[in-house]
Amino acid sequence: MDITNSLYEGRLIRLGPIDHEKDPPLVARWTHDALFRTVLGAVARPLSSDAVRRQLEKVEKQMEEAKNLIHFTIRARVDNRLVGLARIFWIDFHTGTGVLNMGIGDASDRRHGYGSDALNLLLRFAFDELNLHRLSAWPSADNLPFIQMVNKAGFEEEARRREASFHDGCYWDVLHLGLLRSQWKQGS
Amino acid sequence: MSANLFEGQLVRLSSETSQVMGEAFARWNQNSEYFRLLDSDPAHLWSANKFKEFLEKDLDSALPANLLFSIRTLENDKLIGFVAFDGINWTDRDGYVAIGIGEPDFWGKGFGTDAMRLMLRYGFTELNLHRVSLNVYAYNLRGIHSYEKCGFKHEGRIREFILRDGLRSDMLHMGILREEWDKLAQK
Repeated sequence: MDITNSLYEGRLIRLGPIDHEKDPPLVARWTHDALFRTVLGAVARPLSSDAVRRQLEKVEKQMEEAKNLIHFTIRARVDNRLVGLARIFWIDFHTGTGVLNMGIGDASDRRHGYGSDALNLLLRFAFDELNLHRLSAWPSADNLPFIQMVNKAGFEEEARRREASFHDGCYWDVLHLGLLRSQWKQGS
Repeated sequence: MSANLFEGQLVRLSSETSQVMGEAFARWNQNSEYFRLLDSDPAHLWSANKFKEFLEKDLDSALPANLLFSIRTLENDKLIGFVAFDGINWTDRDGYVAIGIGEPDFWGKGFGTDAMRLMLRYGFTELNLHRVSLNVYAYNLRGIHSYEKCGFKHEGRIREFILRDGLRSDMLHMGILREEWDKLAQK
């Protein structure tokens, strides 16, 4: 155990709390890109900053009350700028399971390694702090950047729910990827 | 195929007052084997009143995400279980189905399979679902066999998902598409 090794500081990004004043306008702008639905996990829909503020308040309330959700903002270390959101949800401490989702909001911030850096921190958080036994992710089959990123970290395809998501005018398979604690390689 | 959507060969799908259904759930859950086949939560015993409260929350919504039916035998109208769509995504037209036969005397005799077939017909022809999904624990062999008979296909295995008696078990994903069900229904 090394408690001086920060759970939140990566090479490029840090995981942080929500800033209820500054974050909503930026997240609202992200929702005007339909791709962002993969991050919020809902139907694509442009939201006002008021609507986002309320959603983020609800998220924090759920973290406090249900205790089955961990939500982080992803911030660039260089200037502390908000670049994405991440969460571990459907946490069941009694079986040691949870589901991971994350995304980088602005297209110009993608493919810079922010996501992989955040993923390493999230896996360490899930296994070393939450003590989960396994972690799942449920991307739609067309979300290739996300799938490639989590595959690199050791996630394997465990199930393929055929034609379980409808978007962009057609049905897509939804993958159920899983990473067992025993297969997780720290810092890989 | 019977003209009545809610009537099968052995059972019918029915509805109960929240009092009757609440008492039934409270009674069935006292059989821990039943509960551990059904749910991954730690087994627990709620009162009939608590179940009644849960059921009443959903009474006022016109098109609920949760559609619960009781299962009654055709022969003597005995209440033996429930079947429910307990999570419908209307955008994806994907419905998760859950079923429990609470009366062990009716296990392994085709009552659950008959009820599930009714639920599939209801889901596809009335709710216009594109697919019906379910999860089942790998140790629930009777359940898996029944779902296969209804036409569900295996879609994968979530490794070491559940922990009981100190042992990890997998959870299976199964699913059936509308077009697959159509082919079965024509036979």
